[in-house]
Amino acid sequence: MSLFAISRKLTTFLLLLLGAQAAMAQTQPPASDEPELVEFDTAKTRSIAVPALVAPAPVDTPAGNSAALGRQIAEVISSNLRASGVFETQGPNGLRAIGLPEVTAPQFGYWKARPVEQLVQGFVRVGGDGNLTVGCYLYDVGFGTETTRLGFNVPPRDWRRAAHKCADAIYSRLTGELPFFDSRIAYIAESGPKNKRIKRLAIMDSDGANHRFITNGQSTALTPRFSPNYKSILYLSYVDGNPRIYVYDIDTGRQRLITQTNSPTFAPRWSPDGQTILYSMAVSGNTDVYKISASGNGTPVKLTSSPGIDVGGSFSPDGRQIVFESDRSGSQQIYVMNADGSNQRRISFGGGRYATPEWSPRADLIAFTRIAGDFRVGTMRPDGSGERLLTNSWQDEAPTWAPNGRVIQFFRTAKGSGKTGIWQVDLTGSKERQLPTPVDGSDPAWGPVLP
Amino acid sequence: MTKNTIKMAALLLVSTALVAGCGQKKVDSLPPAAEGTDYGQAPTDPNAMGAGQITPGSQEDFLQQVGQYGDRILFETDRFNVDAEDQAILQRQAQWLAQYPGTRITVEGHADERGTRDYNLALGERRANSAKNFLVSIGVDASRIRTVSYGKERPSALGSDEQAWAQNRRAVTVTVR
Repeated sequence: MSLFAISRKLTTFLLLLLGAQAAMAQTQPPASDEPELVEFDTAKTRSIAVPALVAPAPVDTPAGNSAALGRQIAEVISSNLRASGVFETQGPNGLRAIGLPEVTAPQFGYWKARPVEQLVQGFVRVGGDGNLTVGCYLYDVGFGTETTRLGFNVPPRDWRRAAHKCADAIYSRLTGELPFFDSRIAYIAESGPKNKRIKRLAIMDSDGANHRFITNGQSTALTPRFSPNYKSILYLSYVDGNPRIYVYDIDTGRQRLITQTNSPTFAPRWSPDGQTILYSMAVSGNTDVYKISASGNGTPVKLTSSPGIDVGGSFSPDGRQIVFESDRSGSQQIYVMNADGSNQRRISFGGGRYATPEWSPRADLIAFTRIAGDFRVGTMRPDGSGERLLTNSWQDEAPTWAPNGRVIQFFRTAKGSGKTGIWQVDLTGSKERQLPTPVDGSDPAWGPVLP
Repeated sequence: MTKNTIKMAALLLVSTALVAGCGQKKVDSLPPAAEGTDYGQAPTDPNAMGAGQITPGSQEDFLQQVGQYGDRILFETDRFNVDAEDQAILQRQAQWLAQYPGTRITVEGHADERGTRDYNLALGERRANSAKNFLVSIGVDASRIRTVSYGKERPSALGSDEQAWAQNRRAVTVTVR
């Protein structure tokens, strides 16, 4: 069953949209020398209760009993909202069960006494076609009003997507930001000793669930990137003994080289529309950035030509510019150019080396790895101003943006052991957490919100 | 032999004193043994080592003939230049290759863990090409040499310190059957 067939079956319908007097996030005007950051009015939005969703007339489904699903959906909603770093959540554990009439008529007095500011209630019904209908309601406890309600029809196996959609709706409603929970991550699963590391291509939901290994580890896999439509993955493999970029088709399990060449190709990236592949190629030791049509029958276009290492790259969301890395000045620094290779200019001047630039889906910031002693992940504006370092560890590397441009994932390597893990951090650098993965993880690449 | 050990120790000592980006890793304070003119010492004497157990032209033979660590050259951080000491090592490899013209080699380029992944792949390729280019310049047929970069994926020394990193910034010659 493919991800995409699944997504087409997920029909979303807005049942109603009521009272808009909810406590909304407030946007703080940006300081003149810093990137704009949204500060949330935490006193109004911080505390959210998520009791288990009600399952009237519980029945068994291929994904388990609908009553159990109601609790699991609440757990995912609660955990998504908590992991965003914006909210504190209660429940479903530790909260009393609610009845079906209560879903649309909350006992505000009871919740005020908890105390919580926001309340999420809902139900899970199993229809005649076997699909789930998940209803999701957000209430402002202080005002005693309904803020929003949403309904989702999903096959039972996609119950997590319904939970992510509900969490996304609540997050967006309360913060004013775009959603991001209903998205996926490609990364490299690592195991084994430091000098014989097994590296496998793997994919998972944005919260680490629905994990799947794609390659078996016999050949080293590196640096994956989900295509914008999630149908394929670009990655580097040593499958024939040489480092080369392949496009892996998720439905068929087949892969092909992006271009026939005797030279190593690496650092693959998609253009935002998925039509173009950006990559790096070393010819006689000299690495430059190229682009080629994703259709598989185009001619490579060389975008850089300086002696030295021009590598990586990331398109601006409008596809008109590319931020990349070059050591033409003598050390790794960040440059921006037009998508045709013209007007190349350096934007990083903060001291130390700068690497792995990634343009935010919101266009306002570029994330990078800064190497000055330790490796730290940071952001700057596309003109190089407003640099802000978000992490402080021995080796944090390779930032990737959440689809809404408000959270960054990266991987952290431990000194000595070489053990790796995938972490995420918010744009203030104050909320940092490790993602659960079955084994060590590196090279995360966050895809867009699922279609 | 201890040449490379000495070299590494010396590099360790001088590395903190050298200005970053300095292109010359050769300094006067290196011990004379590292000058690279006295390769082919005892371990490579075919009569003394039970040579009958090693197939001439094999990887084992190559390693024995070029001496311990004679299969690799080392680089400074972010550098890829082949210095006089490296040249001596590569000359020894070329001498062996001249004896076995049917043997092909792969030069594996590596970087230490203190670099980002993509950049290290590019850097490893650059180092492998430096070694290849020198071998070609002294007469090894380019068609016999393949290069491959492993970036920081295959460290030789496992520590997270300057001594380990110095050993991992390398281009290693491996014979191919």
